[in-house]
Amino acid sequence: MTITPPPSSDATRLVTPAMLVLWLVLATVPLWIAKVGLYPYLGIEILIWSLYALAFNLVLGTAGLPSFGHGAYFGIGAYAFGLCQFNVVANLWVCLVAAFAVAGLAGALVALFISHRRGIYYAFMTIAFGQIFWTLAIKSHGITGGEDGLLKIARLPADFGVASFNLNDNVAFYYFVLVLFALAVMAMWRLTHSPYGRVVAAIKQSETRAAHLGYNVWIYKASIFTLSAAISGLAGGLFAMAQLAAFPDVMSLHQSGYVVMMTLVGGGLVSFWGPVVGVFVFLIARDVIGALTNAWMLYFGLLFIAIVLFRPEGIAGAVSAAFQKHSLIRRQGNSAMRLLFGGERWR
Amino acid sequence: MALIEAAGVHVRFGDRVVLESIDLAVPEGEFHGLMGPNGAGKTTFFNVLTGRVKPSRGKVRLDGKDVTGLSSHRIAAHGVARSFQIMTLFDEFSARENVTVGLPAFRARGFDMRHAAASDPGFAESALEILATVGLADKADVRAKDLSYGDRRALEIAVALAQSPRVLCLDEPTSGLGSDGVQRLAALVGRLKGKLTIVAIEHDMEFLFALADRISVIHWGQVVARGTPQELQQNEWVRRSNLGRFA
Repeated sequence: MTITPPPSSDATRLVTPAMLVLWLVLATVPLWIAKVGLYPYLGIEILIWSLYALAFNLVLGTAGLPSFGHGAYFGIGAYAFGLCQFNVVANLWVCLVAAFAVAGLAGALVALFISHRRGIYYAFMTIAFGQIFWTLAIKSHGITGGEDGLLKIARLPADFGVASFNLNDNVAFYYFVLVLFALAVMAMWRLTHSPYGRVVAAIKQSETRAAHLGYNVWIYKASIFTLSAAISGLAGGLFAMAQLAAFPDVMSLHQSGYVVMMTLVGGGLVSFWGPVVGVFVFLIARDVIGALTNAWMLYFGLLFIAIVLFRPEGIAGAVSAAFQKHSLIRRQGNSAMRLLFGGERWR
Repeated sequence: MALIEAAGVHVRFGDRVVLESIDLAVPEGEFHGLMGPNGAGKTTFFNVLTGRVKPSRGKVRLDGKDVTGLSSHRIAAHGVARSFQIMTLFDEFSARENVTVGLPAFRARGFDMRHAAASDPGFAESALEILATVGLADKADVRAKDLSYGDRRALEIAVALAQSPRVLCLDEPTSGLGSDGVQRLAALVGRLKGKLTIVAIEHDMEFLFALADRISVIHWGQVVARGTPQELQQNEWVRRSNLGRFA
């Protein structure tokens, strides 16, 4: 008989020790990243993709819904940011809200059509809608710039009224993204531990039971998908800023597959932090292995196969399982593991 | 007046008639048993009562109010709870959390995204009380999937009880239990009797005849006999069929 420990106090916290440690470490990245042969822009990419993967995992991990066309919302956020800046108002906050809202709207529209489904049917519908958005992005040349992309997107200054920060420098932009990332992580952590988040997690385990307990399963599935799409769109808006452009390729099926791979490799199904672990491994592998061979995807693909075959719970799951096995290490290491991987309740 | 009532319920799937015409009226506080051979349509009838299946004809009324064809979450919110023959629990959740999700107070906060669920001790306390009534208080923190089969059966009922239902529908609560388990469950259900209106599908005749106020025998999609356990033991149809073995 396995006894789960009493709900860790982390569940009730807005900021957990793990978050503080992660943020502190991330805050030092610009100081040393160049010294280890990498570059500050990689840090920006990692943060943005981490935000995107965490948002994606609200659907895959928390709600258990396989969405394989999530790149659409990331891309829509990027285009919305650029188009808002060109056609509405060149204000950072307005354009980020636009990225969030437009992607959320697209997500809500799709959710209307898919939320009565589950499993393979759900997955196929998300792919189909993802492909529709991708095609629209490529074909609407006049709006999106087609395959050339929407170019010359500016990193608008972060204006706080009393002070305004120029984000053109990669280090300044990195810290700006880090602050947004930290806020979004807090919000998503709280969301997954709120009554709403627990109901969504219950629906993942049994839609039937949840319905007979009086929960409108459809509304919960539709709303978590919409929220996830909106936060993915926010990440997409930041990505447009990072790249100074928005391209349709992030909306393609294979780029939508990347976020699934990252999340699964990292262990998003068992841990809140899994997607972040996956993004780190994926992007660093891309740069490090990619510097040695063009075929880096081959090696990452092999890693992916190995993980799916032998450690389907992903890196976060494997690490915490290893700690479970060695009870001696466990005694000393458990708190550290919980710190890193968000505690037992995610196992 | 009957608390829960079915009138002329007819269900067909394609050209297959599953329920011909079923009438049932269960007054408040009654324990009503449903029995009949496999495939008689008992579970389908339950699915109609709890909103999983929409009847092709006929009415379901709860406290005089027409609830025919309402979706299951609406009917549940009206106070009809059910347990499942094939256990349907939140396996990754602890026993306590399974029950917590069932509480109407928790459901009322189902769209609360701003507060941590665990920060409200009221939920945990109410859940613990309910777990205590089914004898699972000391296993509150065990994950549902790690509980023994008998404990899972008890948790099935605890989750339904968490809803503070007006009508409790039990679909073969003793299914798969050994004789010890059946006794334990009979004791539990016996304690609920009288406090709740209960409709129970059950194959275990001893269990049903000891507990039920009235029993309906369903066969070929209709009620072929109905009465108190004593009356049914005299019923010719029941005596002649294999169902009469218990007598």
